[in-house]
Amino acid sequence: MNVIRLWLNFVRVGVLGEIQYRVNFLVQLLQSAIALATALIVLALIFSYTQTLGGWTGPELLALMGVHTLVGGLIHMSIQPNMERLMQDVQNGTLDYALIKPADSQALVSVREFRLWQGVDVIVGALVIGYAVYQLREIFGWQQALAFAAALGCGAAMIYAFWLILTTGAFWFVRMENLLELWQGLYSAGRAPVGIYPDWLKYGLTFLVPVAFAVTVPAEAVTGRLTLETLAGAIALAAALLVGARWFWFFGLRRYSGASA
Amino acid sequence: MRNLLDFYLGQMRIAAVTQLQYRAANYFYMIGMVAEPVVYLVVWSTIAAAQGGSVGGYTAGGFAAYYIVWTLVRNMNIVFTPYGWEWRIREGQLSGMLLRPIHPLHGDIAYFAGWKVAVIILWLPIAAVLALAFRPEINPTWQEVVVFFIAIWGAYLIRTMLLWLLGMITFWTTRVGALFELYFAAELLLSGRLVPMSVMPPWVQELSAWMPFRWAFQYPIEALVGDLPTDQLWLGLGMQALWIVLAGGAALFAWRWAVKQYSAVGG
Repeated sequence: MNVIRLWLNFVRVGVLGEIQYRVNFLVQLLQSAIALATALIVLALIFSYTQTLGGWTGPELLALMGVHTLVGGLIHMSIQPNMERLMQDVQNGTLDYALIKPADSQALVSVREFRLWQGVDVIVGALVIGYAVYQLREIFGWQQALAFAAALGCGAAMIYAFWLILTTGAFWFVRMENLLELWQGLYSAGRAPVGIYPDWLKYGLTFLVPVAFAVTVPAEAVTGRLTLETLAGAIALAAALLVGARWFWFFGLRRYSGASA
Repeated sequence: MRNLLDFYLGQMRIAAVTQLQYRAANYFYMIGMVAEPVVYLVVWSTIAAAQGGSVGGYTAGGFAAYYIVWTLVRNMNIVFTPYGWEWRIREGQLSGMLLRPIHPLHGDIAYFAGWKVAVIILWLPIAAVLALAFRPEINPTWQEVVVFFIAIWGAYLIRTMLLWLLGMITFWTTRVGALFELYFAAELLLSGRLVPMSVMPPWVQELSAWMPFRWAFQYPIEALVGDLPTDQLWLGLGMQALWIVLAGGAALFAWRWAVKQYSAVGG
């Protein structure tokens, strides 16, 4: 409960900071609109040639695109800014200031930043999913909604754990900024259902980098193709990754020697 | 002229040596970049297979060749980002640049050109892995290879000039994000970066013929991968030269105008 109170406090500070810059909201809105328009053009182009792509119809792929946008928004709003700040803190030795606070260190470094305006993508993604669900209303029921919520939660947890593990690597390697580039590239692979990739890439995107669980699996839930086994696997893997990330964080922390060392 | 040549060679050497030191960083960057064409490649080969073999004249092997050469051309397209001008102005970098006796455009062209030398060396293993994974169909003639090697540098210069021109907007306003994104979206669709133009509807192809984007992207790829007739192969270099002159002239003109807006920050 303490963690949630802590998080809400940081969210409040983050929101107060960002609503001073209201024009940034407009800029973000325009950027999201441009990204959405581009993605829709790509979908239109694909479906001008074919009825299905790897077994996914137009509305189904639209749902996938919505999930991709929504999860991307979550990452940019909360996960990535915190991890970037953590990388900088390790580089500059300013992590000391976080570690001496009387709170759980992992919880604290994971909630310090909150970028309100990046949340526009969360809303845009949700609207796209909503529209896709409307088109798929024949097959969409409360079971699908529930499965989607569960799958999305697992995907977000996995991405957080994955980022924390990578960022913890900064205790050894110090310079990790280029990981961002690598991540952005790999995440963009989630715009297509992972099933159409060749096997080596499909398994890479599933188990090495949890893009499949973060995007394809929730989209499978929306389109009614998620099996109970996959969902159970996602929950198990999310739990394992969270535990592993926590262990690795404390393991890495022992290597940290502070600013003055 | 000799001085300028010395400046270019020196700057290029510094950039190449520096970037070869940061091999891991460059590789992270380049591998992240490879994901994009792999998505396009897998999507369009899937469609080509479903359409009975080819889309817009490209078979699965043709798309593989297109998108593998794409990765090199994309790297040649990396130039000083228009977002970087805000930093140059805010940090006072620009004040230092203005004091030098050589136009700052030369500095950018030379530095990034040197970086390209490092990038091409680092790119070769990536291309080999992609070729093993996706089996491209490619059999260029010597003439096509020669034109390709000139055309990737032409592409580099076109994009340098265009993004310099775009970056100049920063001198008037710093809320440039949405504008730049709009430019990049147009470029994505009209340059051949997303798909070869022959896959696009005819009116998009028509539109792109009047724009510089495809000469900085699709043309070099097609020169190597496609079967352009000899006259079109060489004519393309002429079109590149034309766009370099047009965009370069506009960039220089905008620069002179922009610098008048500039009042130094820091230094």
